[in-house]
Amino acid sequence: MSRTYQRTIRCLIAAAVTGLVLMTSVASSVAQTELPQVRTINQHVRVQWTDYEISPSAKATEGEWCRRVYLDIIGRIPSTDELKSFVSSKESDKRSKLVTKLLYNDDYIEEYARNWTTLWTNVLIGRNGGMEDRSLTSRAGLQKYLRDSIARNKPYDKMVLELVTATGTTAPGSEKFNGAVNFLVNKVNEENGTQATADTAKIFLGLQVQCTQCHNHPFNEWKQQKFWEMNAFFRQSRALRTFAPGTRDIVAAELINEDFGGEDDVAEEARLFYELRNGLLQVAYPVFVDGTTIGRSGFVSDVVRRDELGKLMLESTYMDKMIVNRMWAHFMGYGFTKPIDDMGPHNAPTHPELLEFLGQQVRENSYNLKELIRWIVLSEPYSLSSKTTSSNKSDDPLLGEQPKFSHFYLRQMRAEELYESLLVATEAHKTQGSYEDQEKTKADWLRQFIVAFGTDEGDETTTFNGTIPQALMMFNGALIKQATNADKGSFLWKVANSKMSPKEKINYLYISGLGRAPSSAEVSMANKLYTARKGDSIAALQDVWWAVLNSNEFIMNH
Amino acid sequence: MFSETPSGMSRRHFMKHMAGASALTVPALTFGNAIQANAADLKSRRKSAIMLWMGGGPSTMDIWDLKPGSNNGGPFRPIATSGNAQISEHMPMMAKNMDKMAIIRSMSTREADHGRGRYYMHTGYVPNPNMEHPSYGSVLSHELFDQRPDLEIPPFVSVGGASVGPGFLGMAWAPFSVNSNGQVRNLKMDIEEQRLMQRMAALDAIEKSFIGQKRGSAAEDHQKILRKTLNLMTSDQMEAFKVNKEPAEVIERYGDNNFGKGCLMARRLVEAGVPFIEVGLGGWDNHTDIFNTLSDTKLPMLDKAMSALIEDLNERSMLDDTAIIWMGEFSRTPRINGNTGRDHWARSWSVAVGGGGMNGGIAVGETSADGTRVETEPYTSQDVMASVCKSLGISLNTTFTSRSGRPMKIANSGKVIKELFS
Repeated sequence: MSRTYQRTIRCLIAAAVTGLVLMTSVASSVAQTELPQVRTINQHVRVQWTDYEISPSAKATEGEWCRRVYLDIIGRIPSTDELKSFVSSKESDKRSKLVTKLLYNDDYIEEYARNWTTLWTNVLIGRNGGMEDRSLTSRAGLQKYLRDSIARNKPYDKMVLELVTATGTTAPGSEKFNGAVNFLVNKVNEENGTQATADTAKIFLGLQVQCTQCHNHPFNEWKQQKFWEMNAFFRQSRALRTFAPGTRDIVAAELINEDFGGEDDVAEEARLFYELRNGLLQVAYPVFVDGTTIGRSGFVSDVVRRDELGKLMLESTYMDKMIVNRMWAHFMGYGFTKPIDDMGPHNAPTHPELLEFLGQQVRENSYNLKELIRWIVLSEPYSLSSKTTSSNKSDDPLLGEQPKFSHFYLRQMRAEELYESLLVATEAHKTQGSYEDQEKTKADWLRQFIVAFGTDEGDETTTFNGTIPQALMMFNGALIKQATNADKGSFLWKVANSKMSPKEKINYLYISGLGRAPSSAEVSMANKLYTARKGDSIAALQDVWWAVLNSNEFIMNH
Repeated sequence: MFSETPSGMSRRHFMKHMAGASALTVPALTFGNAIQANAADLKSRRKSAIMLWMGGGPSTMDIWDLKPGSNNGGPFRPIATSGNAQISEHMPMMAKNMDKMAIIRSMSTREADHGRGRYYMHTGYVPNPNMEHPSYGSVLSHELFDQRPDLEIPPFVSVGGASVGPGFLGMAWAPFSVNSNGQVRNLKMDIEEQRLMQRMAALDAIEKSFIGQKRGSAAEDHQKILRKTLNLMTSDQMEAFKVNKEPAEVIERYGDNNFGKGCLMARRLVEAGVPFIEVGLGGWDNHTDIFNTLSDTKLPMLDKAMSALIEDLNERSMLDDTAIIWMGEFSRTPRINGNTGRDHWARSWSVAVGGGGMNGGIAVGETSADGTRVETEPYTSQDVMASVCKSLGISLNTTFTSRSGRPMKIANSGKVIKELFS
């Protein structure tokens, strides 16, 4: 216990120091030399363009690039002021400066942490995790842990170690609170922790092992034996419910490590059994994917199996490649493999050398994910327009082609991004309640889009993917009503009552929503709306704003 | 049936106001499916399908293909039915309707992971990282759509659970997901229709210009969905979703729960002209305590709703034109595990189909006495899909073209299960 504690402290100090060093080196090196990592990304991507005889699209406009960076890094579109300040800047290194600002400036830390907390929560426990009645998971507990970690820019490897090895209670405010337990707490008790096994391997190592639970996979190198050897690491883990004193009300759950006696009660050599499809029983002890073994004792005083697993994961290059693939896919729309978390030997990546290189770089840069983000968003492929040309229109992963990143891939905002963007676009974020209240309101709103599949694995999907329910929400939903309301003091009211000319007001709305000025056709359409509203200018602005917010151009990250 | 006018306004009103909007050069907003045909003729031959999707993988050995006397058999007894096949004692109401259903007992598939099995059983294709195949609902509603020129609501409805998407057919063929109470959120318009049409005109200008910039198909899909949404917002046919308007005794007969209401809604939607409805019943992933779960909750719920649905369709003479498909992503191990549960199993299991002119009262194929092997010709997801297509009069030579231009045969070239037709 005390050893773990000391190690944690040491990690924290190391993290703080790393952070400081990076801050200063960043500040001194903004002078415009291309970062070596950016150069390497560009080289590797270009090689494929040459090989496939395609040429890249033109560069995106500055407004488009700026909108992209805000959406992808902090989870919302830029405000009108933010956009104008970027576009009007004459500095040659303004892109690099904007990225540094969004990643490291105090003004953006809360939004950065909120965005990545949302993303990681969905990865770790799903959009519905902790919402079900019987769930042991505290969504708020996990989010508190993630927010604290991300706001301090905790190195990724430390975060993985903490999530995999955590013990303590789930809910904030409880005595042994450790929000990191919420990744596994609901996955260890049932079915001998097979869910914990599958999720840990998939999310952090990019290895899909759930099929091999019951049989050797036909085209996956993973064998059934490996699944159960991995599973053996979770057999000391147990989730206990804790009750409010004197009642039967569950206040929290606690994830603990306890002695594992083995399935045949020999704790010194604690083993488990699994069944082959022909009915034969096989034995498994904890063995990591690379074949490394650990002590077989099931006594916690001898060996804490999850701690050992965490250490082995940190040494594995699978972990490095998985985080690179995840981040690349977040920014570029597609990863180097599809699906991104299935990176076993049967699923070759599109750019193997680049993946390898970025994995090494992440490790050498102490798992500072902000730097990985910088390399990706300052790269050439990220800077390209989403407009295709006759030369590269075949580069379309929707056609079943492997992505070559010769243009930016059009994609829809996530529901959370839309929500935050609407708040910013209508300046509603300036008058919100506490952080917890804001998150609660958002979570309630998001739930309308979740549909479950009815399996024990709790898998789910979202209808916020360009379907009719989404369109209905954008047409008529409370959020849009709020965004287009014209009451005294509202966003539209302020625009309407500003000193701007009618034309400037239309301009302002287009820039706020779409990051560009309206075309002449769009201006004349707006003028017709003024006429139709019989000079009620605020009503006309409502109509224009409704149209802007409902457009494909608004909802697409382009 | 749809005597009540929705609280907003009627479609006729809406159409009338199109004139007012034309001052704003309203783009051609299409309403419904503009195919010219003799409506009565189309209605007389219009076909539908209802899929009852059992998420989690139901143990078919405890439902449709019991193995009394085997160690794997479990505690349930088989009972006689109105057809030639016996089924579980916990399905007494279905037993009276088995003359209308066929059990395919020789299903043998390879996908025993939820995500992969769900995809395979819904599409007829195994997951492929480079291609997204359209699911049952997308394929069938796409093929049957032309039979209903008056349909204003989505042709593929998914009730009470998640389905699989439209793949390369595009978002216009995506499932419309509703909860089993049939409440569609955000349906109500809060401005007058003329003004909405003017807003639509302004919106369409942005949409068109963005599409014209050739940034990818997502931009066009967005525009198609907007039009479908506008259609639905103004349609009287939305009444079909209002399942709670059924008399209490009808709701009780189906079961006053999500699945019961889903099945009842499916009947209403078929009556309204919707060609494909998927009703989800999850909770079949019974790794532990399977027999209590099945006998106490799952099977009674299934029995009630499914039998009521079949009876109602039959009574209304709709069963011959409506195919019913009951299945999950796979089934469960014949061997009972240490937690009195069964794990994932795809090698030998059952699917039930009926209606659409398929033969009822029969069991197709056989499994071994311990349930671990198929002993007759094995059937696959593709074969079930091909048979369902045949029952709906859809040609098995139908070919789709994926977005990359690759031709894809409907039902992945599955073979028709001949015992279902004779």
